[in-house]
Amino acid sequence: MTHTVLKLQGITKTFGPVTANRDVTLELRHGEMLALLGENGAGKTTLMSILFGHYVADAGTVEVFGSVLPEGSPRAALNAGVGMVHQHFTLAGNMTVLENIMLGTEPLTAVRHDAASALRTLRALMDRFCLAVDPAAMVRDLSVGEQQRVEILKVLYRGARILILDEPTSVLTPQEADHLFATLRQLVGEGLSVIFITHKMREVMAASDRCAVLRHGELVFEAVTAETTAGELARAMVGSEIPKPRRPEPREGDEILCLQSVGVAGAGDKQRLRNCSLALKAHEILGIAGVSGNGQSQLADLLAGLVVPETGEIIIAGEGLERPTPAAMIARGVGRVPDDRTGTGLVADMTVEENLSTEVYRLPGFARRGVLNFKALASRAKQLIEAFDVRCPGIDTPVRKLSGGNMQKLILARILSNAPSIIVVNQPTWGLDVGATAYVHQQLLDAAKRGAGVVLISEDLDEIFHLSDRIQVMYQGALSEPLATREATREQVGLLMSGNHASGASRCTSGSNDAGAAA
Amino acid sequence: MELLNFVLEAGFWVATIRMATPLIFGTLGELLCERAGVLNLGIEGIMAAGSMAGWTWVYMGGDLWTGVCFAAFIGGLIGLLHALLTVQLGLSQHVTGLGITMLASALSSFVFRMLLPKATTPPKIIPFKAFAIPYLSDLPHVGNVLFNQSALTYLAFALVVVVAYVLFRTPVGLAVRMTGENPMAVEAQGLSVFAIRTWAVVAGSALMAVGGAFLTMSAFDAFYIGMVNGRGWICIALVVFASWKPGKALLGCVLFAAFDAIQMRVQQQSGMAVPYQFYLMMPYVFSIMALIIMSRRAAYPRALLVPFRKGER
Repeated sequence: MTHTVLKLQGITKTFGPVTANRDVTLELRHGEMLALLGENGAGKTTLMSILFGHYVADAGTVEVFGSVLPEGSPRAALNAGVGMVHQHFTLAGNMTVLENIMLGTEPLTAVRHDAASALRTLRALMDRFCLAVDPAAMVRDLSVGEQQRVEILKVLYRGARILILDEPTSVLTPQEADHLFATLRQLVGEGLSVIFITHKMREVMAASDRCAVLRHGELVFEAVTAETTAGELARAMVGSEIPKPRRPEPREGDEILCLQSVGVAGAGDKQRLRNCSLALKAHEILGIAGVSGNGQSQLADLLAGLVVPETGEIIIAGEGLERPTPAAMIARGVGRVPDDRTGTGLVADMTVEENLSTEVYRLPGFARRGVLNFKALASRAKQLIEAFDVRCPGIDTPVRKLSGGNMQKLILARILSNAPSIIVVNQPTWGLDVGATAYVHQQLLDAAKRGAGVVLISEDLDEIFHLSDRIQVMYQGALSEPLATREATREQVGLLMSGNHASGASRCTSGSNDAGAAA
Repeated sequence: MELLNFVLEAGFWVATIRMATPLIFGTLGELLCERAGVLNLGIEGIMAAGSMAGWTWVYMGGDLWTGVCFAAFIGGLIGLLHALLTVQLGLSQHVTGLGITMLASALSSFVFRMLLPKATTPPKIIPFKAFAIPYLSDLPHVGNVLFNQSALTYLAFALVVVVAYVLFRTPVGLAVRMTGENPMAVEAQGLSVFAIRTWAVVAGSALMAVGGAFLTMSAFDAFYIGMVNGRGWICIALVVFASWKPGKALLGCVLFAAFDAIQMRVQQQSGMAVPYQFYLMMPYVFSIMALIIMSRRAAYPRALLVPFRKGER
């Protein structure tokens, strides 16, 4: 913990009118684990991308082991011993693990791969750090946790001394995350230095030696982890106190939505649903937890009326649904908040007003003999952006110009204005800052208080535990039995997320462990 | 029955292999571009330019092999233009490719007319002759078919092996394949996506041009306007048929050439009962059917058609 291995000096970067980083100076010392915190959009990823040479900074320098790196060259960063594990993995799915790792490590003029010696080196690394993967496997066949292992191996294979991980736990189960941090600890123990980006306070407190907080592109706080508190960090991240959404007292309601052993065929990369049952009551928030890609999007599509079940039955308010369509779902009072805001949630190039009108434009009052009543639609839109605090220049602004938080408010405005009895939300706060997240949570709690039932599909366990009354876990297209949130523990849910019903996940396991065994 | 006898004749296979040669060059060239993630619809024009350039070189007094090199050079140059527009500037690969085809085809005709304004019958050169490889050409059955061809045909077959080896056995081939799958992975490993794509397109275009040159320097001995006659488009379909694999590409080229040889023969024999256009159409119908059967499950390069822009995600 002595000398500095990496120094960012006065980094400034702007994208058009947006300043992503302003005069950031940060040091990393030998053998330490530094957590870089901040809300979405605080400039964490930009800063690390500059360090690794994906972006060129407007001002400032990057110094590694005492020498300044040339700008905009990932190759220079790699050669200087910096390795980066991106949040969105930079792997080619149609190629083997070994090919992905070997890429760029041999001179391009070589007339032949030396796959045999590469394999030897790789095996030695895997043994040393307990990072087992099958080198001959196609990357697309690996679980997300295993793919991350490949990314780490890739970096170690190149002999990196400084490891940067961007939101490494966002795709992992709690157990996989524990395993990851154990690996990182070992690396730090061997003299490597690690920076990991996160916005999860729990990880910072548990794993880091030191932490730094970015807010609106500026470094606002730096401390030794042991000498600070989660509360202090949260304040530094947000800049002010955010009111915590209040949970109303739980109330019993009638059953309004019931899935009975529903099966849905898989499509493309979407997991098939198997024998899913759930029962949702009025006034209730039912959390659906799970690692991404286990069928959550199929479940959301099912409840949105976008896919038709092969087997089983959907019962809404005691009435079975013959052939669900989106229109039938809307007519029965199902409000839908999809995970892909600009894909299925909104039409990005159309205006705020048009997007707010998509579920009502055919209703009397808004259309007469097939001609739209623009006056009524406009006044409704104005009223809604006021009521839901959507920050936009006007109702004729194209939606793509809105921030993620305002897009989500727009979607909420659209569905909540219909007073739905059932609300299906998929990843409602993904990519939102703390303020917008709190707003969305409050809206969902209020809707439940008014008597709606909410199906909350989320990969964020904190969110699930914070909002839901009961929790079901989705694993490989099947739903677990519901657990009462009050009695459930994170460990219990985490095990269900990895398809394990028994306790005791092993720490240093072979290649086909945890989620991998299921893939 | 008659057709069966015809198919068993050595002459049929000699013709098939000859007709497959320009397709092999073109398909390998296109395959190389697409493996790096760039669709090259300029192929039709680049083949025309190659046929013109090689022929002109020889007509002006150059020898045959330097003529082939010159054709490759011109093809590479046009490929560089395609790469500048689609790789460096990230423009639409479809539109750019079609533009290149129109430009290169028209330019070839233009240059030909400028050089020989008065020629009414196309002037001729002395083309590559069939070269029988000693001993091998004496082998029964296959000897005459495979080992009594022009030098460019041998080159085409050799290139199948070379391209396959480079793509699957060398670091540069891995980089090319990875660029077609996920450019971000390539950049994150410190390689230049722009350089890899640009060179793949240049090399691929050079191969296409040699395919064109085969037409004027080996199959025929003169340049005609419009002589590429859709072969470039066929190569694009053959790449899909081949699932982006050089070995299957060779198979596809030979198969298509065989259909073509059969239709020519049937056309000659059937007289006027059926319009000849019907027979001309047959190879394409067969190739569409083969395409449907062979490529339903083909794994195309994931980043094909996706421009890479540094600093964006």
